[in-house]
Amino acid sequence: MQIDLFITCLNDALFPQTGLAMARLLRRLGHTVRFNEAQTCCGQMHFNTGYQAEALPLIRKFVQDFRDAEVIVAPSGSCVAFVRDLYPKAAEWAGDEVLLAQVQELGTRTFELSEFLVKVLGVEDVGASYPHRVTYHPTCHAARLLRVGDAPLKLLQNVRGLSLVELPASDQCCGFGGTFSVKNPETSTAMLADKVANVMSTRAEVCTAGDNSCLMHIGGGLSRLQSGTGVVHLAEILASVEGEG
Amino acid sequence: MSAGGLHPSQPFPDAARETLADAQMRRNLRHAAGTIREKRLRAVAEVANWEDIRTQGASIKDTVLGNLAEHLLELEASVKRRGGQVHWARDAGEAQRLVADLVAAQGVSEVIKVKSISTDEIELNAALEARGIHATETDLAELIVQLAEDRPSHILVPAIHKNRAEIRELFRHKLGADLLTDDPAVLAEAARVYLREKFLTTKVAISGANFAIADTGTVCIVESEGNGRMCLTLPDVLISVMGIEKVLPSWADIAPFMQLLPRSSTAERMNPYTSFWSGITPGDGPQHFHLILLDNGRTDVLADKVGRETLRCIRCSACLNVCPVYERAGGHAYGSVYPGPIGAILTPQLLQLEDENANSLPWASSLCGACYDACPVKINIPEILIYLRGQITPHKTPNAESIAMKTAAWIFNEPHRFEGAIKLAHTGQGPLVQHGAIRALPGMLGGWTSSRNLPPFPKQSFRELWRRENEGEQ
Repeated sequence: MQIDLFITCLNDALFPQTGLAMARLLRRLGHTVRFNEAQTCCGQMHFNTGYQAEALPLIRKFVQDFRDAEVIVAPSGSCVAFVRDLYPKAAEWAGDEVLLAQVQELGTRTFELSEFLVKVLGVEDVGASYPHRVTYHPTCHAARLLRVGDAPLKLLQNVRGLSLVELPASDQCCGFGGTFSVKNPETSTAMLADKVANVMSTRAEVCTAGDNSCLMHIGGGLSRLQSGTGVVHLAEILASVEGEG
Repeated sequence: MSAGGLHPSQPFPDAARETLADAQMRRNLRHAAGTIREKRLRAVAEVANWEDIRTQGASIKDTVLGNLAEHLLELEASVKRRGGQVHWARDAGEAQRLVADLVAAQGVSEVIKVKSISTDEIELNAALEARGIHATETDLAELIVQLAEDRPSHILVPAIHKNRAEIRELFRHKLGADLLTDDPAVLAEAARVYLREKFLTTKVAISGANFAIADTGTVCIVESEGNGRMCLTLPDVLISVMGIEKVLPSWADIAPFMQLLPRSSTAERMNPYTSFWSGITPGDGPQHFHLILLDNGRTDVLADKVGRETLRCIRCSACLNVCPVYERAGGHAYGSVYPGPIGAILTPQLLQLEDENANSLPWASSLCGACYDACPVKINIPEILIYLRGQITPHKTPNAESIAMKTAAWIFNEPHRFEGAIKLAHTGQGPLVQHGAIRALPGMLGGWTSSRNLPPFPKQSFRELWRRENEGEQ
């Protein structure tokens, strides 16, 4: 299958290794991958913070950049949920029927990595090896908007050498919420404190998730406490093969 | 913070900073919310067709909202036919005057109240006090809040922020009760003794309404303690203040809500007391019944095609109990009688997005979506939060945030600008990076690094690395 990579702005700028890992993984599974360098950002930060006039051009640009893609896969449940769930709302609220039809169709071609692997390709064992004690944080948008369910857990369970430990109160938000963590830093910190305590209680070496934004937040808290637990994106674990990790 | 009503006295982040510092309140809330969350999940799981009932509830509410005026006129006619009187109140002031005049006409200075958030919304108790009328709350939690001269912090459990030991001290001081233990049954008995006398001697009662049925003129109150039943049957005069969105077309429409409301609010299969009354019955119960239909901003919410979904709310408080922001910041941080996720969308809309402090509420959410999953009438709260943010933002004067956002949008509109900006960020971050992490950011981003580190921008962006790795392939 020909797959178009949707590398979110955050991944491009701060976490390039996640995008490279996803590309490596998809190629290993026999697919061809393409990165259209015209892409920049899906517009979520602007739209969700209240800058909807500024988000609309970015939404139109995204539609344009991915018009020829067969399938679009991203290492971010949040950005995929934004495209699939809120692009139609953005078009509706702007009263743009043409854009609405375009984004509804676009949504059927856009997938988060774990749901693409398990639900579209039907693959649960990607042949990865990662000999570490790992706990998994289900990110809110992947869990509640995309309903990826146990797709990430199935993938992790089939990784050689990986010991998966359950995260207590895993469904609780880590408190990132994009600009929420900037506008309401104290409340966000109180939410993060509980998440970090739960992660540390698992004595995992690594906390993983399908979103670098949440991992940046959790990792930021873990690092400030010098906890010794690191954060690694799910794509990087799935891309690891024996002798790497 | 406000003493009641809708107007917060400070923006959410400032109010939350104060309440977050109250460690006892956070422990109380965490315990209460955690317990009720688990109970609700079990109660909901028992109903095989829960999703269908949710859809049915949402659809009945939408039907009502689609033709609200007609349903209200029918309700008015039905209530009058049954011997009740109906009054229309455009705002809080009109509703306060109506109630106070009705009480004054009875020549009394004491009323008893059924727990009612609509009367809290219009700050009725304070308005009555100003007219020399004392209102006694008869719901146990409302009584606790009233005696403590505090404010409710939860729609359903107004004293959720207080624990047993605090309540025991309060009863000892305010009720003169000789309490040797903080056993809940003993505390409840002290309140019961105090309230029983009020029920038997007070002539006028004031209630809200959970539902009102247009074609029969029936008003409904759902409660747990039986104090409501006392207020609705013992006094001679009953005054009910009801938000106009509470109307349902017909008797059959009550059924789904009787399943949705108790399971979502108290996690019970059925609440202990459900009272229905249609006008007056000679010789039985109150002989005078007044229904006050309260607008107070609701028709403005109704006029907004996205925001109107908010009026489906049946005040179950399921969204509060699952909200991670509410659980930490507590109800008082919202500064309104409507706290939590529903309050974050309802309060600013009722105030027509004109209140500077209430307008901070739509940002008091991480958009985690737990509230939408829990809502029995499927109000898409996260979506309405985002919509309201978009409605409020353009009215703000340019500030550091809007300049940053507009600049970021300009950068994102062209890939070469984006690539240049990443390079610039990598070069410019130098002084901020210590031991491989950013530990202090300047300006409005400073709050972030107060408790967490940020990873620095790597030397090369994804697009640069991709280009190098895939040279010649594309």
